[in-house]
Amino acid sequence: MRILLIEDDSSVADFIVRGFKEAGNTIDHADNGKDGLFMATTESYDVLIVDRMLPGVDGLSITRTLRASDDHTPVLILSALGQVDDRVKGLQAGGDDYLVKPFAFSELEARIDALCRRSQGKTETETTLEIADLHMDLLSREVRRGNQVIALQPRDFQLLEYLLRHKNQVVTRTMLLENVWDYHFDPQTNVIDVHISRLRAKIDKDFDMPLIHTVRGAGYKIDATG
Amino acid sequence: MRLADQLRTTTFLLTLRYMVLFFLSVTILFVFISWSATDYIEQEIDATIQAEVAGLNEQFTQLGPQGLARIIAMRISANPDGNAVYLIADASLNPLLGNISKWPELTSDTNGWVSFEHNEANGDSITVRARIFAPEPDLRLIVGRKVRVLAQLTRLLDRALFWGLGITLALALTGGLMMSNNVLRRVNQFNLTSRRIMDGDLSQRIITAGTGDEFDELAKNLNAMMDQIESLMKNIQHISDNVAHDLRTPLTRLRNRLEDLRQDADSGETDDIDCCIEDAEGLLATFASLLSIARIESGTYEADLNHVNLSQCVRDAYELYKALADEKSIHLSCDAPGEINVRGDRNLLFQAITNLLDNAIKYTPAGGTVSISLQQKPAHIEVSVADSGPGIPADQRDQVLQRFFRLDKSRSEPGAGLGLSLVQAIAQRHGARLELDDNAPGLLIRLIFDDQTDR
Repeated sequence: MRILLIEDDSSVADFIVRGFKEAGNTIDHADNGKDGLFMATTESYDVLIVDRMLPGVDGLSITRTLRASDDHTPVLILSALGQVDDRVKGLQAGGDDYLVKPFAFSELEARIDALCRRSQGKTETETTLEIADLHMDLLSREVRRGNQVIALQPRDFQLLEYLLRHKNQVVTRTMLLENVWDYHFDPQTNVIDVHISRLRAKIDKDFDMPLIHTVRGAGYKIDATG
Repeated sequence: MRLADQLRTTTFLLTLRYMVLFFLSVTILFVFISWSATDYIEQEIDATIQAEVAGLNEQFTQLGPQGLARIIAMRISANPDGNAVYLIADASLNPLLGNISKWPELTSDTNGWVSFEHNEANGDSITVRARIFAPEPDLRLIVGRKVRVLAQLTRLLDRALFWGLGITLALALTGGLMMSNNVLRRVNQFNLTSRRIMDGDLSQRIITAGTGDEFDELAKNLNAMMDQIESLMKNIQHISDNVAHDLRTPLTRLRNRLEDLRQDADSGETDDIDCCIEDAEGLLATFASLLSIARIESGTYEADLNHVNLSQCVRDAYELYKALADEKSIHLSCDAPGEINVRGDRNLLFQAITNLLDNAIKYTPAGGTVSISLQQKPAHIEVSVADSGPGIPADQRDQVLQRFFRLDKSRSEPGAGLGLSLVQAIAQRHGARLELDDNAPGLLIRLIFDDQTDR
């Protein structure tokens, strides 16, 4: 994956660059808006990570400029302004996702993965999702683990579907609230955890290999590594 | 504006007060005029009678009784309709000559003056003021004057007083109404504008009439004050945005370094580092809540106002929290029928409702009940959350809406005491109010949206 990071805070930038390099991606870094916009328009990237407040050209202007020139590379906007109205402004400017500082690297990685997959259109045509011996049929809305049919309530089904669409990736509580419940704010309570533990009781409890894992300080991940 | 409003205005009351004062002074003036005029006329009459008595006395000394009778008969025939009254009678008061038929019933005062009622030919009764003198022992003489002018004058003055005061009253009332109407219109403009400003629209200004009067002066000063407040607010917003950026960025670094540390750490240290990460996150969450409350309260939060299906929000919140309630063995019930809409920001409203539910479930012991309901009342829409927890003492209900306030017994629970402050801020942003009541036992919180037809 080729990533461009436009961020003026060198410490945050180092942290992001190191994280993505360790995960085997190519990442370029610009420390001001002008250079960043130049790099974004002259080179081809899979995804852009843009800080909202930048010296020179700010993050929203960069996004608007790219969209105006018909460039639809996914953009994730980073900001310390964690309000819904800023989120709305960011999304209106053409951003595809919005992440508030401070964030766990795993949340950024999860969102970047989700953005790339969305832009590649991989999830559009799937009718079944699976991991290990867990199968989800999106048409008949049936979930099976091994030979056993698991009955799920609609919300649990949606929750599992979202986890499966992002299998092997970390999804955060905020991402779950946004995508499963369709409300945008940072939940300050453990209410999402309760839903996960209920889902876990249904799909993991009677089986040897747990599929849903808690990632401390970040969120949850469904994978078959045991 | 209603008449009742108008009658309560300071201007109208002031007019009324001045009118009463004016009334009193005019009445006093009239009484004085009437009194002095009467006095003057009485003196005139008395002087005339005195002069006549003196004259007649002289005639009697010169001409004797026959001469006196002749002169009186002459005076009567010279002016038969005049005001003069004469009567000559003998010692036993039998009338001999005069223009009244018999000796009258007299009322006398201390100075030797008498008065009596005389019946005119047309039936009117009129007061006569007179003096009696006896030129010789067996002769009595009444010389008097009908006080017709005095009665006429009194009647005239009474009428003038009545009409004058009546018209004054009418003019004062109309004038008072007009003035209060005028003032009220100006004051209403001030009120309307300040209410809009309180609702969060800091750009509102009072329109001046351009007359340069005291209201314009006041409006100019208030507008100048608002300009200043607005620029201060903008500064604060600017500062808080920068603070958010400048403080949260180093906190991000702190958190990132902790994550780095955790990756390289021995297995024995990861738990400690996780605790540090959690603490840092708690700090940041508190900071974020505080910032968002401040931004919502100051009206700088650009809420995305749309028609929101509040019923759906309540049902979603119920569905989200049902699992948590089940886990705590709390019976959670929901009653949110149909589709009740309010104008507002969907995410903020949902956050407010979940905060209320979260609180209710947090403070209700296992086995208790929590219920949420949405009702369309005649004049308002009401979201109510009732629990069977310990409730809040009546004297502390206002305080729990303040930032960082926590009841002593809830200090052991996690949280920063910002949940209800955030709900309160969201309610105010939507023109709604938050009411806390006793659920006997427990707490009943109502989020009330007043009739929104004018929104």
